[in-house]
Amino acid sequence: MKAIVTVMLKDGVLDPQGRAIGQALRGLGFAGVGLVRAGKVIEIELAEHDPEKARTTANEMARRLLANTVIERFSVRIEEN
Amino acid sequence: MRAGIVLFPGINRERDMALALRRASGRAPRMIWHHETDLAGLDLVVLPGGFSYGDYLRCGAMAARSPVMRAVADFAAAGGYVLGVCNGFQILIEAGMLPGALLRNAGLRFLARDCHLRVARAGTAFTRHLAQGAVFRAPMAHGDGNYFADEATLERLEGEGLVAFHYATPAGQVVPEANFNGSARAIAGIYAPSLRVLGLMPHPEDLIDPLLGGEDGLPLFTGLNAALAA
Repeated sequence: MKAIVTVMLKDGVLDPQGRAIGQALRGLGFAGVGLVRAGKVIEIELAEHDPEKARTTANEMARRLLANTVIERFSVRIEEN
Repeated sequence: MRAGIVLFPGINRERDMALALRRASGRAPRMIWHHETDLAGLDLVVLPGGFSYGDYLRCGAMAARSPVMRAVADFAAAGGYVLGVCNGFQILIEAGMLPGALLRNAGLRFLARDCHLRVARAGTAFTRHLAQGAVFRAPMAHGDGNYFADEATLERLEGEGLVAFHYATPAGQVVPEANFNGSARAIAGIYAPSLRVLGLMPHPEDLIDPLLGGEDGLPLFTGLNAALAA
């Protein structure tokens, strides 16, 4: 299975990267660009065939390393290989 | 004072730190590779500045999970003193030994310049030679030094006297103009509740010799040496 972990800064935590991307998009002439937030996507191949076990493992990985839960939130998606 | 400096791949301020510790204590510090786990015989363990593991994932995130950091946590719990500067501060936070987080500088730019620190908490081993409210100059060199914590944590840090240093003007005023990286409540450094673990972003070790422009950072190290002298 493959675990896809998305890590985003929590709402309210300053995201200067997202803000800079938003300014660049407006600078290119795209109209109506609102709040832009930037995050990370981490894909992990897992030697696991049970989607629920894969999800539990990926959640644990996110809590212990992939996300800093002081400032970030994460979500996990599981895909069949 | 018997000090050790932990080396991770990508650390680049260990020699500056070694000079400062040697100057203050007269002893060369022990260099500790990140796979080592034996810290016996040391009074102080220092995590120096740099870019451990290329700042991959988050600054300090990889180093914080390396074998030596479990030993550093045990060392601190057993009464040892720990100093983390710049990337070392980021590593202590990622390891959960200090609260909060260090975000990208509010102005987005890497800051390489002098700042001034005001002592917010005297009476610790680290401030043996620094008075409450004393101001000293220190170089800063970081892209991610914008201290962040939730309001409850900030209240607790201030209420329990765990804020070590504030960014200030040379005259000692804590004002936004002196808080170059935008840190919450102008916090430049914090202590763990034990007061034996200190993390700060600026580099007092880079101002310990008149040849390098001054000795403003030396009292932190001579004070530590006086406090930890065997």
